Amino acid sequence: MTVSMGKTLHESNTCERASMLRIRNLKCYYGRIRAINGVSLSVRPGELIALIGANGAGKSTLLQTISGLLQNWEGEILFQKEPLKGLRPPGIVERGISLVPEGRMLFPPMTVLDNLKLGAYRRYRRREHTAIEEDLEEVLQLFPVLREREKQQAGTLSGGEQQMLAIGRALMAKPRLLLLDEPSMGLAPFLVRLILDVLVQLKEQGMTILLVEQNARAALQIADRGYVLENGKMVLEGNGCDLLADQDVKRAYLGKDYREFCEGRS
Amino acid sequence: MVQEILQYLFSGVTNGAIYAVIALGFTMLFSTTSLINFAQGEFVMLGAMGLITLWKGFQLPLGVAFLLSTLGVAGVGLLMERLAIRTVRKPHPIVLVIITIGASILLKGIAMIAWGKDAHSAPAFSRHPPLEVAGATLLFQSLWIILIVVAVVLALQAFYRKSLTGKAMQACAINRKAASLIGIPSEKMTLLAFALSAGMGGIGGVLVAPITMSSYDMGMLLGLKGFCAAMLGGLGNSWGAVLGGMLLGILEAMGVGLFSSSLKDAIAFLLLLGILYVRPSGILGEKAIHRF
Repeated sequence: MTVSMGKTLHESNTCERASMLRIRNLKCYYGRIRAINGVSLSVRPGELIALIGANGAGKSTLLQTISGLLQNWEGEILFQKEPLKGLRPPGIVERGISLVPEGRMLFPPMTVLDNLKLGAYRRYRRREHTAIEEDLEEVLQLFPVLREREKQQAGTLSGGEQQMLAIGRALMAKPRLLLLDEPSMGLAPFLVRLILDVLVQLKEQGMTILLVEQNARAALQIADRGYVLENGKMVLEGNGCDLLADQDVKRAYLGKDYREFCEGRS
Repeated sequence: MVQEILQYLFSGVTNGAIYAVIALGFTMLFSTTSLINFAQGEFVMLGAMGLITLWKGFQLPLGVAFLLSTLGVAGVGLLMERLAIRTVRKPHPIVLVIITIGASILLKGIAMIAWGKDAHSAPAFSRHPPLEVAGATLLFQSLWIILIVVAVVLALQAFYRKSLTGKAMQACAINRKAASLIGIPSEKMTLLAFALSAGMGGIGGVLVAPITMSSYDMGMLLGLKGFCAAMLGGLGNSWGAVLGGMLLGILEAMGVGLFSSSLKDAIAFLLLLGILYVRPSGILGEKAIHRF
């Protein structure tokens, strides 16, 4: 596998000291099957990182591992210099990482407001009531449609509104790092644009974001940096716009024939 | 005839209220953990025996004995989750169900050693004379039972709708993975569900103690009746549990009165078979039923 452009994975060590999230030589397993094979990655504070790759490349597995859903892994994951090994999802949320999962995973029979408030569950336990109210207001300003629907059951919202609610719910935990798994899945193009605009807005407010997307072009357009994952391995890393201009990426993920791309490589 | 029917109705509603509270225990645990606890009947027995011991034996005030029995049974539920359920490495539903059956046998055995094989009784909660309504007699104890069950159901609804913990439990019931991703500790919610559900069984036992003879082996039948009620109303639905309990109680009383008293227990199981055949998800149930 040749790395044609951008910094190679091993050259990025200079930045690692400032990393918020640093992953080194990660291997994840589903039973005996290795889904991720020696992945390294770093995310610095305030960055928006896009992680792209084909179906089954291991993108969602990576996010699920960071968020504590998958426990069967080797390697090192450091968040703000602390290891995440052994932490379950609630412990990960407590550390400041929130995942907006694939398929949104809302609580459909509950109201929009209850869904949002439950996002702040751990902060309620810490009695941060005033701060939670302020953040709720911010989330409702970010997604005004949720304010109109706050008494409505989450299950009755449209796909785009549900995605907004899922992001809003994750933000209610006041994360330092926001992980998003395919937020554009199943949405009309104008909604994809809207969701991505919100991510840019969040980034401008200082949020650190790791975005997994199949819609590679849209993701790379807004990302500071991008990683390309293929068959459980990280094959490319670079600035968002450099990756967009890369011939291999163009062929594989931005519209040309993927098979031709693979064959060309082998 | 009207007078007789009214009499059966009073008796049915009284028993139905008790079945409802036992069914609530089943349903509450099922919705949070997808587990059916066959030791639920033993929690009812422990509630009844606890009340008799504390109230009649130790002469504690009724309110205190009621509270301590319920809390004690909730504690037993809590212990059961920590010692028997959580320790299972691969919690396949069938394994867990078998564990609850084992726990039921264990609790029954302990109760037999503690209280012996004799039946015990408790006096009515208050000494008011029975009321007469349209020629039928309504025991004051029945009013107590209905009143307490209504209070319990309302308190439970308030807990689910108003409190953060209640909402978190609901969230766990809807989607455990999603709940854990927003920081809700699902193990704690399971523990709480066990304690609350055992507490419900305990309340059922406390309520039933003054209207029946209580002994170490009373749990099995009451547990099964509660299970029938929960299935009838729709497992996982609180209002379904209340509806199922009432329906079962009333149908049972009518069956006994209008046909034969030997039919009493058969009615519950005929109903259960009927529901499983016609509408496996119960009257108000929406969830798909899994075969395993």
